[in-house]
Amino acid sequence: MEYILIIISAVFVNNIVLAQFLGICPFLGVSNKINTAVGMSGAVTFVIVLATIVTYLIQVFILDKLGIGFMQTITFILIIAALVQMVEIILKKISQPLYQALGIFLPLITTNCAVLGVAILVIRKNYNLLEGVVYSAATAVGFGLALVILAGIREQYDLLDIPKGMKGVPISLVTAGILALAFMGFTGIVK
Amino acid sequence: MNQLQNFTKGFVRENPILMLVLGCCPTLATTTSAVNGLGMGIATAFVLVGSNTVVAMLANLIPDKVRIPSFIIIIASFVTVVDLLMKAYVPDLYETLGIFIPLIVVNCIVLGRAEAFASKNTVLSSAIDGLGMGLGFTMALGILGAFREILGSGSVFNYRFIQGDGILVFILAPGAFIALGYFIALVNRVKNK
Repeated sequence: MEYILIIISAVFVNNIVLAQFLGICPFLGVSNKINTAVGMSGAVTFVIVLATIVTYLIQVFILDKLGIGFMQTITFILIIAALVQMVEIILKKISQPLYQALGIFLPLITTNCAVLGVAILVIRKNYNLLEGVVYSAATAVGFGLALVILAGIREQYDLLDIPKGMKGVPISLVTAGILALAFMGFTGIVK
Repeated sequence: MNQLQNFTKGFVRENPILMLVLGCCPTLATTTSAVNGLGMGIATAFVLVGSNTVVAMLANLIPDKVRIPSFIIIIASFVTVVDLLMKAYVPDLYETLGIFIPLIVVNCIVLGRAEAFASKNTVLSSAIDGLGMGLGFTMALGILGAFREILGSGSVFNYRFIQGDGILVFILAPGAFIALGYFIALVNRVKNK
């Protein structure tokens, strides 16, 4: 039951993009086409879960043990950067199709604040490892959901007569705002 | 380029948020009030000046291949400094901004300026560039924060504009997206005139 609450909360109520404002750059950058949006969500899910596990273990077994919690930011960002590089190299070796599908998104993920954000949030919320994994996976699903919905809406823009100044980023932001308003309807389901 | 132009380009012409749309996450998340927006802007400006200066000093010593990781370490060090300073001296603001302080490290503006400007220019102009960009960012955050606070709660800096309640949605998440969307649209409109 506890895990179901974490999942519902992370996907709908506290959606990472629409309620917590993490990962806005890819949210605006790669939401032009549904296909790329799906690819990006896949890559993000993979990296977020992996990064959460590794950073959690590092935090518990190294930073906490040695009492150097202030090194958290530096350590986490380096781990994530190295991890993304490693995933890219390994994927290229073992699975060409998967690399073709996710490869181009991987370098972009290092500076995706959602990855570092979730890693830090898991520590701040005092989750254990299993809760952390469930939370990070659910958050990534929420990210994917928001991304795919926005991509679906943005594909229709070509058919519309949008005022010149509103084209591109502004109209996407306003759309995201209305989307966030819709997601606010979930508030109250979970504390 | 003379130093004055170098300083002022971050305000309008190359404003990180309004023109380049970089660093959206903290922009949307921390502009619930003018004070929060300004606080976030100043923290980012500090990191920008620090990282730009150090990157410019070390640019010739860092091998090209490990450039980006080295920049990230320099930036992360300054973020840690800001994090500890804010925790000690402005604990309330630190609580409000929460996770977005450590997340300055992945703010595209900071790495973007290190890579695009500081690694190719002198220490002095890099520091000035960092300061200009940081102030431009702070200004945009302050304006957006003030705008949302006035509409959302009817007051700014404890000065009341509207009696009674404001339009609450502007302080909540959807208002952030909508306000920034129209802000950028307005700037586009003025720019294209």
